Amino acid sequence: MSSANNITGGIYNKLNSINDFFNLKTENQRLLEENTYLKNLLSIEQFSIDSINKINIDSTTQVKRFDYFSAKILKNDFTRRNNFLLINKGSKFGIEPEMAVVNSKGIIGVTKNVSKYHATVISILNSYSQINAKIKNDHHFGTLTWNGKDYQKIQLLDLPRQTKVKIGDTIITGGKSTIFPEGILVGVVDNIEKNNKKFEVIDVKLFNDMSSISNVNLIKNNQKDEIIKLQLDNDE
Amino acid sequence: MNNLFQNSIWFVVLVIIQVLFFNNINLFGYINPLFYIIFIFYYPLKKEKISLLFFSFFLGLCIDFFSDTGGINAAATLFIAYIRLPILSAILRKSEFDYQLFNIRAISFGKSIWYIITLTFIHHLIVFGLDYFSFNEFWNIISKTFITSIFTVSLILLAIILFTKRR
Repeated sequence: MSSANNITGGIYNKLNSINDFFNLKTENQRLLEENTYLKNLLSIEQFSIDSINKINIDSTTQVKRFDYFSAKILKNDFTRRNNFLLINKGSKFGIEPEMAVVNSKGIIGVTKNVSKYHATVISILNSYSQINAKIKNDHHFGTLTWNGKDYQKIQLLDLPRQTKVKIGDTIITGGKSTIFPEGILVGVVDNIEKNNKKFEVIDVKLFNDMSSISNVNLIKNNQKDEIIKLQLDNDE
Repeated sequence: MNNLFQNSIWFVVLVIIQVLFFNNINLFGYINPLFYIIFIFYYPLKKEKISLLFFSFFLGLCIDFFSDTGGINAAATLFIAYIRLPILSAILRKSEFDYQLFNIRAISFGKSIWYIITLTFIHHLIVFGLDYFSFNEFWNIISKTFITSIFTVSLILLAIILFTKRR
């Protein structure tokens, strides 16, 4: 039972074309910032590559690990305990279940049901969402969950006791799962509840405002099957 | 036949305004009224329950389809449709009704408010109970049920006062 079918998807599509008009300004601003960031990255590359230290790149040995897709959010929930989103791309465009959904400011969710032209996304604001995350410049990792209270804050659990965490530290995805690549932004540490034995819960304030998201990127891990097969072999 | 047609139109209109309008209100950041249950209060009182149960189940299911809630609204709406008659007879202290003439405006205002509040509260308790589905979050469920019920009941009362004729 999901909203990724033709009828509900079509109705949300129509509604979204109206709503889009009101969000044009903020969404353009975000895309402009992302473009500026990417252009800055490009200019660094051009400086280092010149004819003196030319390296022959053999493209047959290169492996494309991640494929990126673009999509648009048609329905956005953030007020319930278990929130799902609806996006306007489906299996016809190469979308599969369990693909990462992100935008330039950070993580948004993981795809779940996929129909021909639509797909539903388990938002990070959902009790079923468990995403591997770590502190930037550190390799201790934990799990991101949501306690259902504030849609701007999610919780980081299971960090080892010896981790040095301060309020204001940046949290990024850990890359220990097959869904999210490493280093996608999540948020900053907002509050740490410490007791004698271990870190209880770390509140993470999201970079994304989950109440207003529109254009997103989907990430497909091309080595996922290989990794899963390896792990299955381990269990035998 | 006329009645069935009228109810079907009501059904579609309620689904559309619930999904496109009331699900996006987000009062104080997170309150969305479940206005569509006004269908249960409006549906003509009959001795046989099957048509109401049928309609209310599919009404809930349609809302579920749109909001990805997998059957929660269908269960809650079906339940209050089933207990509508017993609750009404308990509130009015009658066992037999004049089914043809019954109207929500025909009974006294105080009693109709009680009737609406009771059914709305039960419906919301089931919806949020199944949504959170954990005893850890008991107080969250209760508080959300109370706050949303207040909002839903006031909207339903407003709609009934504005759009029905007093008999």
